[in-house]
Amino acid sequence: MQRRNLLAAMAAAFLTGCSKIGESAWFGALVDGAESWHRGLHRGLGFGRIQMAPEFDRSEVSPFFRGNGNTEVDSDDYRAHLANGFTDWRFTVTGLVDNPLALSLAEMKALRQRTQVTRHDCVEGWSAIAEWTGPQLSEILALAGVQPGARYVVFRCADSFRQGPYYESCDMDDALHPQTILAHTMNGADLPELNGAPLRLRIERQLGYKHAKYLTGIELVTSLDDIGLGQGGYWEDHVGYQWYAGI
Amino acid sequence: MATQRKRHALSTRMWHWINLVSLVILFMSGLGISNAHRRLYWGDWGFDKADAWLHVPFFPGWMTIPSTYSLAQSRDWHVLFALVFAFSLAAFMLASVLNGHFRRDLTTRLADYRPAHVWADIRAHLKLKFEHAGSKFNFLQKVAYAKVIFILLPLMIFTGMAISPGMNAAFPWLLDLLGGRQSARSIHFLCAWALVIFMIGHVLLVLLSGPLKQMRAMITGGADDAAA
Repeated sequence: MQRRNLLAAMAAAFLTGCSKIGESAWFGALVDGAESWHRGLHRGLGFGRIQMAPEFDRSEVSPFFRGNGNTEVDSDDYRAHLANGFTDWRFTVTGLVDNPLALSLAEMKALRQRTQVTRHDCVEGWSAIAEWTGPQLSEILALAGVQPGARYVVFRCADSFRQGPYYESCDMDDALHPQTILAHTMNGADLPELNGAPLRLRIERQLGYKHAKYLTGIELVTSLDDIGLGQGGYWEDHVGYQWYAGI
Repeated sequence: MATQRKRHALSTRMWHWINLVSLVILFMSGLGISNAHRRLYWGDWGFDKADAWLHVPFFPGWMTIPSTYSLAQSRDWHVLFALVFAFSLAAFMLASVLNGHFRRDLTTRLADYRPAHVWADIRAHLKLKFEHAGSKFNFLQKVAYAKVIFILLPLMIFTGMAISPGMNAAFPWLLDLLGGRQSARSIHFLCAWALVIFMIGHVLLVLLSGPLKQMRAMITGGADDAAA
């Protein structure tokens, strides 16, 4: 009996210790360090080649593509765009670029397109496969002319959660990756509202929450410190998800 | 001989305790991550009840790190200690090849698998007789340790890597080997519980075979009776 009490006390002390450590600044720094170690390993183990996320055959597409996070956008502006087929929707490119852009969907569809069948992995653990079509982000960045100081791309979205609009960001390595596309078409049809109409990001080497939906534009910046709460994304700011979501 | 060889080398002892801490933290934070999506699937994809082969129970707060549900914090612990776990295992393996621990203590011969020999070893275990002359570990011990060190622990690392989309791009062959991301996730979960079963058996046998002497040997090194 005494031994059992001792064990229970040890377990409780361990859990309390863990939560104390979890709240400390040095543990946060350690976790950030681990995140960059993983990222470094992922990039390093490619040994210089362009690392492509696995692509699948069209026949392997899952029968339904689950929508997570926001599955509809609750704003009059968005409802109006949805009602008229997004003909007046503009995708803006701003920040550290030579030529700021405001592209219509028709203009984006007129660019060179990439179609890829890829697996979408939610941070929660589930996966789904779909076929995506859209212009490569690198193509749009080339049109806009990225200025030398730009280090990150910030993705702006039409949907909001309780603490503000959704947003995400990535570094130039992921921005210029061949599989990073702005998808307007899923499984051969217009992207449905559930999955981010009219445009969503596909950033295939990272988890689902990086794949920002309902895109209104991108912004090229030097630092993420002044964007949102400075952690690089809505969930990063508000629940502490890792900015590098390749793990 | 002036110096007697220790029962457990320093590298073995250091790894044993680092590994214990890593595994406990990885297991408990892993249960926290499991609570985020309590279904397991086979193949590349899966998200629906109908696709699942297993509905996983909700793990209560005393089993998880942190003790209140936070996928972000569970992942932080998991991602940090995954590195500690993997690199300490690699270092232990390298040291154990160099100092002869694997060759001397963990290799079995074909003759050891004769039914009569295996049966004798099982009978000795059931009678709680753990003394065995000639080598440090008996046959069942060698097989159990070798399976954990060379199969179960590496499988934890490789299935964990295969769940990571960044690693998928670096090592796409891992997914082909394991049968897809959701299969890798299922195997990761099963191996974690297999390790728990091993640990229960391991601790039980330590308790039955002179726990104080065993603990002392794993901390200070102890004296190597067999080599004396």
